[in-house]
Amino acid sequence: MKPRQKKFVYIIIALVALGAAVGLVLYALKNNVSLYFTPTQVYNKEAPQGRNFRIGGLVEPGSVKRQNEDLTVHFNITDNTRSMPVIYKGILPDLFKEGKGVVAQGKIEADNLFHAEEVLAKHDENYMPPEAKDALDKAARAKSEAGGAVPAAPATDKKAY
Amino acid sequence: MAINWFKYSAPSTFYGLAGKLVPWFAWPSAILFVIGLYIGFFVAPTDAVQGEAYRIIFIHVPASIMSMFLYLIMAAYAALGLIFNTRLSSMMASALAPTGALFAFISLWTGALWGKPMWGAWWVWDARLTSELILLFLYFGFIALHASIDDPRRADRASALLAILGSVNVPIIYFSVKWWNTLHQGSTVKFTGTSMHVAMQQAMFITLVACWMYAIAMTLARVRSIILERERNTQWVAELPEVRS
Repeated sequence: MKPRQKKFVYIIIALVALGAAVGLVLYALKNNVSLYFTPTQVYNKEAPQGRNFRIGGLVEPGSVKRQNEDLTVHFNITDNTRSMPVIYKGILPDLFKEGKGVVAQGKIEADNLFHAEEVLAKHDENYMPPEAKDALDKAARAKSEAGGAVPAAPATDKKAY
Repeated sequence: MAINWFKYSAPSTFYGLAGKLVPWFAWPSAILFVIGLYIGFFVAPTDAVQGEAYRIIFIHVPASIMSMFLYLIMAAYAALGLIFNTRLSSMMASALAPTGALFAFISLWTGALWGKPMWGAWWVWDARLTSELILLFLYFGFIALHASIDDPRRADRASALLAILGSVNVPIIYFSVKWWNTLHQGSTVKFTGTSMHVAMQQAMFITLVACWMYAIAMTLARVRSIILERERNTQWVAELPEVRS
């Protein structure tokens, strides 16, 4: 082999080896790299106990209850399998809405409520004018009505929130 | 007719070619920026969820795409320089780095400006944001390493190694939103198409092309300075009209 071919092979080998090493490290740290735990993971005790962590999912429709006298708000975060009751005192982001994505940071206290210190809204990667969204929503409603008693559940895949 | 490509791998010939090419990229870039941003800010419709604030996407997404592509191109040039010992490839890698760093910075900065009103936070240590920050540091590291070694050929080799190894980070940035739970949403522009209204797509595509043109023009202009600096003791530089006067 010519020296330049040798160099080329060395570089490719080094890149592949490094890529594999980084890949394995990231795979091992999967839970640490992820920003939040889903309610199902929390239910299965995969989330840290007695420590701060983030929980992410959709705001369960119909679960948001505000207290009149202060900024305290109760809501449930759900991944459509399990849901986690959350209590938060503070100002919610503009995009916070029932059925939409949310990530909350805090910990589970003795009362089995997730006491959030910070609530972040998560939006999706779809951009469209309001008219297009209305049309899509209407189509989805019509489809679910035609499909029988199945309620229009928000999509369950990760991309939906 | 076969074009002798190797002719232009000599810095002395490439210097002239680059000089001729710069305006052909700089002007279209400026014009396309104006058209793209006009469509983005005035023609594209308001977003159903985010209102007007989403319009920062027309800067944020092209800048992010450019920061990743330019890194790969920089690493490829650095690798060419390392393997074939061609001076010009290494100079091109050095010329690309500041523009790539600029785009990475713009991507992070506009992302923070977008994140505060939409998510409720300027910064979150999620996988997408963190890996993009690492990309910016890789650019800085490349520039700093190159500047810290006096002999330019040795500097080329050392920084080439950093650039090549750092390219592992680029697929991590791209796939981070798929592999892990992140606050950052998934990719709008995918290999299979986009999930976006047509006027929004057009605006984003035009600003992206404008960014490409800008990057090419800046890199060619910068590589000319690098060529002059590195070849300052040669006969051909001394004979250049702009040097003699």
